[in-house]
Amino acid sequence: MVSEHITSSGERPLTADEAMRTRERQFWLGLYEQMLTIRLFEEQVNELYMSAKMPGLAHLYSGEEAVAVGVCAALRRDDYITSTHRGHGHCLAKGAAVDRMFAELLGKQPGYCRGKGGSMHIADQESGNLGANAIVGGSAGIATGAALSCKRRGSGQVVVCFFGDGALGQGLLYEAMNMAALWQLPVIYVCENNLYNEYTPNRETTAGDMLARPRAFGIQTEEVDGQDVRAVYAAAVRLVERARRGEGPAYLHCNTYRFYGHHVGDIQRGYYRSREEEEWWQAQRDPLKLLSSWLREQGLVEERHFTEIERRARALIEAGVRFALEAPYPDPQEVTQHVYA
Amino acid sequence: MSMPSVSSAASAPQAPEGGREITLGQAIREALAEEMRRDPRVLLLGEDVAEAGTPFKVLSGLVEEFGPERVIDTPISEAGFTGIGVGLAMTGMRPVVDIMFGDFLTLAMDQIVNQAAKVHYMSGGKLKVPLVVRTTLGATRRSAAQHSQSLHAWFSHVPGLKVVLPSTPYDAKGLLKTAIRDDNPVLFFEDKMMYQLKGLVPEGEYTIPFGVADIKRRGSDLTIVATSSMVQVALAAAADLEQLGISAEVIDPRTTSPLDKQTLIESARKTSRVIVVDEGYQSYGVTAEIAAVINEGAFYYLDAPVKRLGALDVPVPFSPVLEDLTVPTPAAVVEMAKILCGRA
Ligand SMILES: Cc1ncc(C[n+]2csc(CCOP(=O)(O)OP(=O)(O)O)c2C)c(N)n1
Ligand SMILES: [Mg+2]
Repeated sequence: MVSEHITSSGERPLTADEAMRTRERQFWLGLYEQMLTIRLFEEQVNELYMSAKMPGLAHLYSGEEAVAVGVCAALRRDDYITSTHRGHGHCLAKGAAVDRMFAELLGKQPGYCRGKGGSMHIADQESGNLGANAIVGGSAGIATGAALSCKRRGSGQVVVCFFGDGALGQGLLYEAMNMAALWQLPVIYVCENNLYNEYTPNRETTAGDMLARPRAFGIQTEEVDGQDVRAVYAAAVRLVERARRGEGPAYLHCNTYRFYGHHVGDIQRGYYRSREEEEWWQAQRDPLKLLSSWLREQGLVEERHFTEIERRARALIEAGVRFALEAPYPDPQEVTQHVYA
Repeated sequence: MSMPSVSSAASAPQAPEGGREITLGQAIREALAEEMRRDPRVLLLGEDVAEAGTPFKVLSGLVEEFGPERVIDTPISEAGFTGIGVGLAMTGMRPVVDIMFGDFLTLAMDQIVNQAAKVHYMSGGKLKVPLVVRTTLGATRRSAAQHSQSLHAWFSHVPGLKVVLPSTPYDAKGLLKTAIRDDNPVLFFEDKMMYQLKGLVPEGEYTIPFGVADIKRRGSDLTIVATSSMVQVALAAAADLEQLGISAEVIDPRTTSPLDKQTLIESARKTSRVIVVDEGYQSYGVTAEIAAVINEGAFYYLDAPVKRLGALDVPVPFSPVLEDLTVPTPAAVVEMAKILCGRA
C-alpha cells in the first residue's frame, strides 16, 4: 500500500475535497501496486523458467490482474477463495507474500506448501486461500462447501470461487451452483473468461449464452470488463455484500485475456491465436495502463507516484526471488509426512 | 484350485531387427493414422486433440489428414465425452478417447467403470463397447500431485476392462492397433516421460496380441517383471547387475488385463528369484497382484519371497528432491537384486 499521510507536512490542513481525493488516490494506487506486483512476479517466473531455475511449468496470470485484484479488494482477509492452475494472481491479491510464493514455485522448504504443492497448488490458510487446483473446475465443490460452512457457522464470511471459462465444461460446476442457489449460500463464482480453453477458442467448446447458465439456477449474474479494475471492484463489492447479507450466491463473468501462452512453455501460439490479437489486447486493454491513464486523466496522481510504486514493487520481487533461490530444499524425510493428518 | 489356471500363450512376437528408429509418440501417431485409414469407423475425441495435437504433440497432423469430423476437439468435459465415446462404441463406431493426464480419469470414472465395463455382460453379451481410452501415467515431470499419478491398477481391478502398458515404440504401435480392433473397452496408458524414447519399428503392418508378455532380456539368476517405463528402469538395472555377475531376466507383461501368467511363472520357476517393478502405488497395486500370481504358480521353486517395488505410497510431491524419492530407480532395483541374490 502507498504510504502517504492524510495531512500534508504540518502546513494548512487539507480541505475536505483534498482529503477525499487523497483517499481516492491511495485506494486506487494501492490496487495499481498490487496489479504491478503480480505482473512483475509473473515476469520473474517466466525468467526462472527460461533460465531453467524453476522445476516444471507455470501458467502466468499477466493480463488478468484486474480480476483477482478487483475481486479480492472487496473481500475481508478471513473470507475464502479457491483458485486455479493460473493462480499466482489470486494468491497474491488475497494476501500471500511474494517470497514464500517464489519459494513454493522452486520447491523449497519455506514455500507455502513446504515445496510439496508447487505453482498449481498454493494454499495459505492465513489469507483465506483454500488452495489453487490443477483440476479444471475442481474447486467448485470445495468453494460451495466452504460457503455452506460459513452459513452454518454464521461467520459472516463469503467465498469466491475463481475458475476459467474452460471450467464451464465441467458438470461439477453446475451441480454445485444448483445447491448454492437452493441453499442460498454466500459464494461468488468468478469466471475468468480469457477466450481460450488451453489451445482452443471457447466459441468451439461452449454452446449458447454463458451467462444464461448461472441465470438458469436463479443465481444473480453480472458481466464485467475484466481489464477495468474499477469495474471489477464495483461489481465485486455489490455481489460480495449481497452474499454477506445472506441474499445468496452470485456469478461474475469477467472478460479478460492472458498475455502469455497457456503456460510458460507455450511459445508458438500462431495456430490458435494471432499475433495481432495479442498485440491489440496488450496495447489497448492492459489493466495497468487502463488504470494509470484514468488516474492521470482525473489529475489524481503525479508521475512520482508511479515511479515510487514501481521502485518498491521491483525491490519486493527482487528480494523475494533472492530469498527463494537461497532457501533450502525440504528434508528428504518430509516425503512421507502429511499423507495423513 | 491347487494351481492357478495358466492361459496358453502364443510366443511373443519379437521386436524386429530392421525398421526405422522412431519415438514412442510417433509410433502412437502412426498406429492411429493407419487404423483411421483402414477403418472409417475409427475416430478420435478429446481436449486439444485437433490443431494442438495434444499438449504432448502426439496427435500432430491427424486433423489435417482426417478432418475435424474424425479428430474432434471437445470441451473440458471428461465425463461427458467419455460417455459419448461409450455411446459411439455401442452403436457401430470405434472411438479412441484421449484423457490428457491419467489423473483426469477420475472425472470419467463412472462412464468407464459402471458403463463401459458393464454393458457387454449386463446385456447378456448382446451389446459391446469397442472403446479405447488413451491416457498417460508417470511421475518425475515436476507436475505435482494432480498430474503425476499412475492409476492403471484401478482399471486392472475391474472385470470387463483391458489394460495396456507399452514400454517401447514397437510395442506401443502394435498394441494400440490391437486395442482399436478389440471389441472391449481398453485403457491404454502411455508414460508421458517416454514420448521421446526411440526404438526400431518396422515399416509394415503388424499387431501385438494382448495377454502375451515379452521377454525384454534373457537371464538366469533373477527375474525382474516390469511394466511401462519401469521396463527401461529394469533394463538399466539388469545392465548394472551384469557388471556384478548377476544375470537378470526382464519380463514385460505388456497388458495387466489380460495377464500372461504363464510366462511370468515359467521365468520365476527358472530363476527362483523375482522382483516386480511398477510405477503405480505399491499398496494394493499391480506389483501385489503379480507377486501373488507368481507365489501361487511358482511357490516351490522360489528361493525367497517375491519382492515388490512400486511408487512410494504418498501423493506425488512437487519438489524435485522429494519427487525423485517416490519412484523406483535402477539403483533401487540393483540393491534389491543384490539382497535377493545374497550379494548385499
Ligand atoms: C479436469 C481437467 N481436464 C483437463 C485439464 C488440462 N488443462 C489444464 S488448464 C486447461 C485449460 C483451462 O482453461 P480455462 O479453464 O479457460 O483456464 P485458463 O487456462 O484459460 O486460465 C486444461 C484443459 C485439467 N487440468 N483438468
Ligand atoms: Mg480460459
